[in-house]
Amino acid sequence: MTMISMTVNGKAVSGNVEPRTLLVQFLRENLRLTGTHVGCDTSQCGACVVHVDGAAVKSCTMLAVSCEGSHVTTIEGLANGTELHPMQAAFREHHGLQCGFCTPGMIMTAVDIVNRKGSTLDEHTIREELEGNICRCTGYHNIVKAVEAGAQAMGAGGMQAAAE
Amino acid sequence: MYAFSYHQPKTVRQAASLLAKNEDGKILAGGQTLLPTMKQRLAAPPALIDLSKVEGLSGIELKGRSLVIGAMTKHAHVATSEIVRQAIPGLADMAGLIGDPAVRNRGTIGGSVANNDPAADYPAACLALGATIITNMRKVPADQFFTGLFETALEPGEVVVKVAFPIVSKAAYAKFRNPASRYAMVGVFVAKRGSDIRVAVTGAGANGVFRATALEEALKKRFSPKSLDGISMPATGINGDIHASPEYRAHLITVMAKRAVTAAIGK
Repeated sequence: MTMISMTVNGKAVSGNVEPRTLLVQFLRENLRLTGTHVGCDTSQCGACVVHVDGAAVKSCTMLAVSCEGSHVTTIEGLANGTELHPMQAAFREHHGLQCGFCTPGMIMTAVDIVNRKGSTLDEHTIREELEGNICRCTGYHNIVKAVEAGAQAMGAGGMQAAAE
Repeated sequence: MYAFSYHQPKTVRQAASLLAKNEDGKILAGGQTLLPTMKQRLAAPPALIDLSKVEGLSGIELKGRSLVIGAMTKHAHVATSEIVRQAIPGLADMAGLIGDPAVRNRGTIGGSVANNDPAADYPAACLALGATIITNMRKVPADQFFTGLFETALEPGEVVVKVAFPIVSKAAYAKFRNPASRYAMVGVFVAKRGSDIRVAVTGAGANGVFRATALEEALKKRFSPKSLDGISMPATGINGDIHASPEYRAHLITVMAKRAVTAAIGK
């Protein structure tokens, strides 16, 4: 077992884990942050996307021990108390989810897109950038609309970045 | 995933010594291929030596007429680097086609070349551009580095430290992707340096990345997609699987090579 410490959603956390523990397991099982989902478990679907040191990664394909000392942001770290993050609000407003399983990963990826590409995003860019996130319900149209609107809202709100 | 012992060296020397001490131990770079392989229990290394805390392995610089990229440099960094974009734009484009954005935030050039997956993109770029793989022990030309399926010239205890790419006048990569895995069904990297033309193919060869000499000879006469008209690559030695037959992949080689040449001329 290895003792690890990192900052998750702005809070210092630590835990004793086996080296083979994946970051997503550590988040869900040790920290009980179950907003991050495991979909395919083969780094294709993107349901497990979180931010590590400001970059979107697939937490099913990263060891928890590799995150020693890192800053991690999960879907639970976006909202400000009961006030949804603009990207979350946009997904609700634009019906960007049906079953909701892929949504945490979609939103974490969407916030990462805005962090990298700015708040004015065209449809083509959004679709290209979402290629690592798979949704089996919506057909993507409303997700793309939600990301576009959420990006604009983030821009209008002075780029409310995630808690990182 | 089977249990393993985990090591986090601070220097390349420590990493090499851990690698030599731990028989069948593996270097962990970005882990975007190694971890999925371990999760599927296709690999069960007893020890992982994580390079993420080793100083000085990440970075991009121009050294004379070479573009030098540190082994732990992420694909996202190569794809968006102004230095790479100016020096070898085709290489930046290639890095931007690997996996998806989250995978590119973790995957590294060193991991890609050391793993030598037969469908990975970097081996084709290294081979076509005539790159040199720089390890803690020596410099290995790409032509001698990629030796077969998941096989390289790396010796036990040898760690990839940098990859140096000579700057070429024209280069581009065209990839026909498997839409699920995002690996190349066939990827062709074309590079022209003076009169030297090199065409490297990934995703197709049963023995991994290879140079398509027939296409190189045709392009030496004239560097134009038209020069490849009517050239059909033989399907012998080409992979076949549920995604594509050897014949289909062989056909794709010429098609992708034409697209790569068209893109290279436009740069």
